Amino acid sequence: MKVHYTINGEKKIFEIKPGEVLLDVLRRNGYSEVKGNCYMGTCGACTVLIDGVPHTSCTILAAKVDNKSITTIKGVGTLQHPHPLQKAFVEKGAVQCGFCTPGAILSAYALLKENPNPTDEEIKKALDGNVCRCTGYVQQVEAVKFSIKLLKEEK
Amino acid sequence: MKEFKYIGKNTDKRDALSLATGQPMFVDDISLPNMLQVKFLYSTYAHAIIEDIDTTEAENYPGVKMVLTYKNTPHIIHTTAGQGWPEPSPYDTYMFNKKVRFVGDRVAAVAAETEEEAAEAIKLIKVKYRVLPAVLDMKDAMKEGAPIIHDEEEIKGAYDPKHNLAAHIFVKAGDIEKGFKESDVIVEETFETQYAQHCPIEPHITITYLDEYGRIVIRTSTQVPFHVRRIVAQALNIPVQKIRVIKPRIGGGFGTKQEIILEEVCAYITMKTGRPARALFSREEEFISSRTRHPMQVNVKIGAKKDGTFNAIKMYVLSNTGAYGTHGLTVASNAGSKTLPLYNKAPNVEFTADVVYTNLPVSGAYRGYGATQGYAALEQAVDEVAYKLKMDPLKIRKKNHIRSGETSPIFRALGEGREGVTQYIQSCALDELIDKGAKEIGWFDKFGKPKRKGNKVRGVGMSIHMQGSGIPLIDMGAATLKMNEDGSFNLTYGGTDLGTGLDTVAAQIVAETLGIKPEQVIVYASDTDLTPFDVGAYASSGTFVSGGAVLNAAMKVREQIFDVAKEMFGEFDTKNFVLENGKVISKATGKSVTLSEIAYHTLYVKNQHQIAATGSFVSPYSPPPFAAHFVEIEVDEETGIITPIKYVAAVDCGVPINPELVRGQIIGAIVNGLGYALTEEYKFTDSGRMVNPNFMEYKIPSARDIPEIVTIINETYEPTGPYGAKSVAEININGPIPAIGNALYNALGIRLHQTPYTPERVLEAIEAKKLLDKGKVSEPIDPEQE
Ligand code: FES
Ligand code: FES
Repeated sequence: MKVHYTINGEKKIFEIKPGEVLLDVLRRNGYSEVKGNCYMGTCGACTVLIDGVPHTSCTILAAKVDNKSITTIKGVGTLQHPHPLQKAFVEKGAVQCGFCTPGAILSAYALLKENPNPTDEEIKKALDGNVCRCTGYVQQVEAVKFSIKLLKEEK
Repeated sequence: MKEFKYIGKNTDKRDALSLATGQPMFVDDISLPNMLQVKFLYSTYAHAIIEDIDTTEAENYPGVKMVLTYKNTPHIIHTTAGQGWPEPSPYDTYMFNKKVRFVGDRVAAVAAETEEEAAEAIKLIKVKYRVLPAVLDMKDAMKEGAPIIHDEEEIKGAYDPKHNLAAHIFVKAGDIEKGFKESDVIVEETFETQYAQHCPIEPHITITYLDEYGRIVIRTSTQVPFHVRRIVAQALNIPVQKIRVIKPRIGGGFGTKQEIILEEVCAYITMKTGRPARALFSREEEFISSRTRHPMQVNVKIGAKKDGTFNAIKMYVLSNTGAYGTHGLTVASNAGSKTLPLYNKAPNVEFTADVVYTNLPVSGAYRGYGATQGYAALEQAVDEVAYKLKMDPLKIRKKNHIRSGETSPIFRALGEGREGVTQYIQSCALDELIDKGAKEIGWFDKFGKPKRKGNKVRGVGMSIHMQGSGIPLIDMGAATLKMNEDGSFNLTYGGTDLGTGLDTVAAQIVAETLGIKPEQVIVYASDTDLTPFDVGAYASSGTFVSGGAVLNAAMKVREQIFDVAKEMFGEFDTKNFVLENGKVISKATGKSVTLSEIAYHTLYVKNQHQIAATGSFVSPYSPPPFAAHFVEIEVDEETGIITPIKYVAAVDCGVPINPELVRGQIIGAIVNGLGYALTEEYKFTDSGRMVNPNFMEYKIPSARDIPEIVTIINETYEPTGPYGAKSVAEININGPIPAIGNALYNALGIRLHQTPYTPERVLEAIEAKKLLDKGKVSEPIDPEQE
């Protein structure tokens, strides 16, 4: 069957197999920035935004997302034009191996859209589904807070 | 101390923005045409002989290209441990074997056009097992009549396989019995640590293909590219020159990627079919079939004088290496060699270890590498001595810890699977670390004064640690630096950045040495065709060994640059030359030339040659970093839940070349350690099958589990390290178990002898203590004894 997605603002049509989850469809079609392989919704590395809401792409059927808009990390910012969150993660040492980073930034991005001035607890809650084995989270939380400052400066 | 321009400064981690914007940098971010997908069949029995294996149906399944078993693959005994040659781990493993030794041991592999087809075909393989009795408790392994796990004749390097003994260690200094006799107090404690997994968020992944000359290229998530090349060549019996190993960005390793697990299988498939092959572990496979931390039972006995001076320390380690002996000997040695020298005031020391085979998952290298298990016991026993003598735990540690200018006989006696190397400590800030950490946690207001609020009690605890920086006289790294027209440099080196930021540190070292900006250093690492050798990322060797090599290469290049400048200036010596802001300046004459001008000159104008050099580094030293950890916890007596409130780590890693990266290593290790101390644990059925191989039931820390963490980096200067640096990657994983254990004792007067400190274990200990306090029993109850 065919599905229609808008990915990072671009319209796409993909052929999918029955029962396929979104993560596999995205990776098969070159969106290698979507990581993850627990397929249980427990690591968060496969996080994407579906109509702006963070979701683990391994636990959602590709067919269910038909006609929806999907944002991957590349829709947040690029190497040439990084988003303040991406800059803040770099500056605050919140990227070690970087495997969890796209998912964590997407969760933080969705949080800041909803709540531009979150408390530490709210940030931790937003990042809680994005497991990171390298950083110990402290620098991630600091980065999200720092990005708020950068976002204000940008405005 | 000299003012540095880039050393000790936070330059951005060079791959961070690319990672944060999702560039295709990991092994699995490429997809090759015609790539075969590889899936594995694992043993469902802990110990069995494969009497027959029928792969006909699987072979006939659509899309299947190849089915691999012991019948059609090279039968060459080797070790999967990615260690230097000759490996200190026994040769006890075949690519596939007729005998399986744990639930999760590899039985067969299928290479098919798609993952689905490979997975379906796996189900069609018929295996006839003859089930053997199994060893499922390390304490049973050496018992008379225990099933022999490694009865293969070819086994090499195991200590006494007929008694399931993979390795045995005994070293001593002084006279231990006399030492105890002459002690005023003696404490003896036994602690047991559990199976745990590294859980890199990127699991093991390998992609192989043939290059245009028919050589095998292995693109793999590894900490040890050069060892991968050597061991794959050995296991497949092909020349090293036929293989190229490429390490792109790695999604974390923590030791589990210091193993050759998928590489030889993919390489073999590619060799036989000519097609690319890809194998990726699922999270479940990562748990059941990759590598784990050696569970250990550690017995520590300390004898001390009335004034608190240690007189004798005896340590016995029983270590469970699982079904294969990878890293068995060296991890057990490190349980002693990285802990006992810390208390060098004791003249009488003895260390014994038995490393046993069991029919359980395979243990391997894991951040901390035995020191974590050793400190779990040692640092709690030290607190017990303090309590017996009614001394402050800080004071007893200050009385006994090693200091600058001192040594310990253990350094020489206990090396990495062979004799070690005498070390004199040249930098050590332990006293300051203890003082600063104590102040930050509020030790003197809190210690001995547990605070109660309803069911919740708060207490503080602490521990001190050392580790090493690489393996002395064994670990070697090399780096090549070459100059370009614009005054930039290509740095190619074998150092293996697995997320730690080593490539950034390397660029900072070059920049500092050559007076350029770190951005002018183009770093390319770990490709066995293109970069010089390096043992890889383990034993906390990155900054010290690989960084040392980078510094040596940069020093040589600096000389070459000066020689050209001397000619260009028409001067006679280079004594007064400096390299600053991309220029060579003669302080004597004031003449200056830019590096770009030098590059053009040497490449195009006169006496043309390439300014370039290769530097190697191997050291007789392995300077230990030091740390003092403090924790305040809250225990709920009702639920048994321990909540860390604040964690303080004061660390001496020499000069922190990049403080932000250092801080990242410290916090990351602490949080990894908190998981090990509180929640992470393999659970097994009676037949040795792990029942919780997923993040739902094997709980690693997530953002909300994290206490306030304060890092104190106490700079010292280590004369043997590049720009004064020592290591930092591993040491801080050692603190959480003993520091929390000591805090628990401080809060409630209970001590758990088995990790992790789960609510059930805490409650059990509270109950046992209540009974004891009521005087209902006269003997202390060890909550772990059934
Ligand atoms: S792969 Fe989706 S949460 Fe882990
Ligand atoms: S940075 Fe490695 S898992 Fe988060």
